Amino acid sequence: MSTIDKLNLKSTLLEQFKTFENTLNGKSQKPIHKIRQQAIQSFDGLGFPTTKHEEWKYTNLGKVLKEAYAFGQTSPLQKADIEQFFLPNMPKANNIVFVNGVYQPALSQIVSSEDVLVVKNLEEAYDTHTALVEPHFAQLANSEEEALIALNTAFVQDGVFIHVPANKVVEEPTVLYFINDARNENVGVQPRSLIVIEKGAQATFVDKTDTIGGQASFSNAVMEVVVEPNARMTHYKVQNDQPNASYVGTTQVKQASDSYYANTTISLNGGVIRNNLNIALDGSNVESNMFGLYMLTGNTHVDNHSVADHLKPHSLSNELYKGVLDGKSTGVFNGKIFVRQDAQKTNAYQQNRNILLSDNSSINTKPQLEIWADDVKCSHGATTGNLDEEALFYLRSRGIATNEARALLIHAFGNEIVDKIELEPLRIYLENLVMERLEVQF
Amino acid sequence: MLKINDLHASIEGKKILKGINLEVKAGEIHAIMGPNGSGKSTLASVLAGREDYEVEQGSIEFTGKDLLELAPEERAGEGVFLAFQYPVEIPGVTTINFLKTATNEIRKYRGEEPLDAVQFLKRMKEKTSLVNISQDLLKRSLNEGFSGGEKKRNEVFQMAMLEPKLAILDETDSGLDIDALRIVAEGVNQLKSSENATIVVTHYQRLLEYIVPDFVHVLFDGRIVKSGTKDLALELEAKGYDWIKEEVAAAQ
Ligand SMILES: Nc1ncnc2c1ncn2[C@@H]1O[C@H](COP(=O)(O)OP(=O)(O)OP(=O)(O)O)[C@@H](O)[C@H]1O
Ligand SMILES: [Mg+2]
Repeated sequence: MSTIDKLNLKSTLLEQFKTFENTLNGKSQKPIHKIRQQAIQSFDGLGFPTTKHEEWKYTNLGKVLKEAYAFGQTSPLQKADIEQFFLPNMPKANNIVFVNGVYQPALSQIVSSEDVLVVKNLEEAYDTHTALVEPHFAQLANSEEEALIALNTAFVQDGVFIHVPANKVVEEPTVLYFINDARNENVGVQPRSLIVIEKGAQATFVDKTDTIGGQASFSNAVMEVVVEPNARMTHYKVQNDQPNASYVGTTQVKQASDSYYANTTISLNGGVIRNNLNIALDGSNVESNMFGLYMLTGNTHVDNHSVADHLKPHSLSNELYKGVLDGKSTGVFNGKIFVRQDAQKTNAYQQNRNILLSDNSSINTKPQLEIWADDVKCSHGATTGNLDEEALFYLRSRGIATNEARALLIHAFGNEIVDKIELEPLRIYLENLVMERLEVQF
Repeated sequence: MLKINDLHASIEGKKILKGINLEVKAGEIHAIMGPNGSGKSTLASVLAGREDYEVEQGSIEFTGKDLLELAPEERAGEGVFLAFQYPVEIPGVTTINFLKTATNEIRKYRGEEPLDAVQFLKRMKEKTSLVNISQDLLKRSLNEGFSGGEKKRNEVFQMAMLEPKLAILDETDSGLDIDALRIVAEGVNQLKSSENATIVVTHYQRLLEYIVPDFVHVLFDGRIVKSGTKDLALELEAKGYDWIKEEVAAAQ
């Protein structure tokens, strides 16, 4: 539609909202549009976060947003253009393709049967699957406090609604490919998704964002996830985009009793990346796993913000994020654990471990525990250091040259996370990427 | 094979080795004994190439080469092996993978073809039975959570796998029960040949009943102050180190 004015990004987006509204005609009376209108007001009030904002202290979005981005651009990308980004060795997968933040049914392919996996345009689903969409959409992700969630919600249109009905098991992995077409100009994209895993159902998801073309991209992604009683969801996030591809993404998860959700986020390449992973453990006997590996070089910046909010008794959250930073890369880890008064017998574990390989790389790590219940088991820890010199000498004394020895140690460090990936083709793919990064084969 | 001449070394400005002279010929076993803190592990580390130590004076010649010019990995390639007094734990690296890498890196250094998986496993099987180490242990992360004895046994296993020309065993016997000690000693003895040599650093005469040394040296305050045959070890066991210290004091 229009290129964002460098100087006044916010007012340009507000203008763009008005133009967008005018194209809606009769559709502007729908309930979803009320949500948009509230969201744009929130965005107007909040504005983009700056480093003065407590949660954005170490991630400078200003640097990213001073570029001009064209939001809402359509793209002529065809299947042949995007297949290069597909994960290898996954012939039987549900591929859900977004281009420039817009869900593309024609480029997507669902192999699971329709009684097991329902994939719909989000706005349409608001009408056809109201009972499943309305209670969750824009209810989990908070527009009132988060400017970027508000911005995404304000422009929500062609998102995706994914639904696994009760007691169904989706055998095939479902991969969401978010492709950004930056061949001609800088693009701004705002993909939106809602995933509802009903009672006793199970599914595995991967999401992966890639930019095509040499211009810059800025993604502002929001995904809402509902995991109903006794349901299981495994979720992988792969970030291996080009150096001028920046990304802010919020994954907002709500888990009911006896449910399982595991998120593994692997970040290897990109510009400025901010991942918000917020899990509400809203039931008893819930298990939540949050694993992450960031292996960074160049000027890449990765900020992992997580919240495990224990609302009810007898649940477990387990978090392990590991980082290896080289070059001028920078990292942020901020992990919050809340244990509410009702959440007795909570087990909550959090660890962040980092290796700095260069003098110019750095990491800011901040664990934050707030506990209102008295009968809980919580632990947290953060370490940052260089490669273990003792271990390096041990390996060298056995004939392994310095570079190989370093690679062996870094590989071992990162592999603790990669090893947890149960989806085999994805694990192999990531193992190879890590090897490539280390430039050796074992 | 090994000629150490007037070796002086320090760490963080602190002088530890103050003029070591030692010659080890192929086929020989040398024992080095001495009180705590006298510099035995320092000597072993300097031989293996630990960079924290500064060699201030003297030379080390190994099979005709200037050892001090070589990086630790090159020394391993030349055939130097140190069984560490305190082996480090390396999470995430299995002993098997580590040894496969080490074996082939050393072979590469020597201009030999790498062992393939089958050859490597065959050699591993052979050597595990030699030192009686369990396969399960080798599949675990290197030394992680190993008992003291298991770590020592793993050091000997690595030695058996890498077949060094010069093996330096730094208190490999400490903390071993008598059965483990016998197995470790047997491992060393079976690897013994006219082509290679061993230096055993120990506090206990017990080990030397199994690994019979050709020479016993006493290292005290950074110097070898006395050398003798295996009888010297017996004498030290009976009388302690005080008489040595007195002799040294009297000589000064
Ligand atoms: N990093 C270091 N900084 C300062 N002093 C050190 C350092 N490492 C070793 N030393 C000192 O060097 C001296 C010799 O230590 P070394 O470990 O060689 O003794 P050792 O003979 O092997 O003793 P042990 O029988 O207890 O194993 C000791 O006084 C020790 O404290
Ligand atoms: Mg010692």
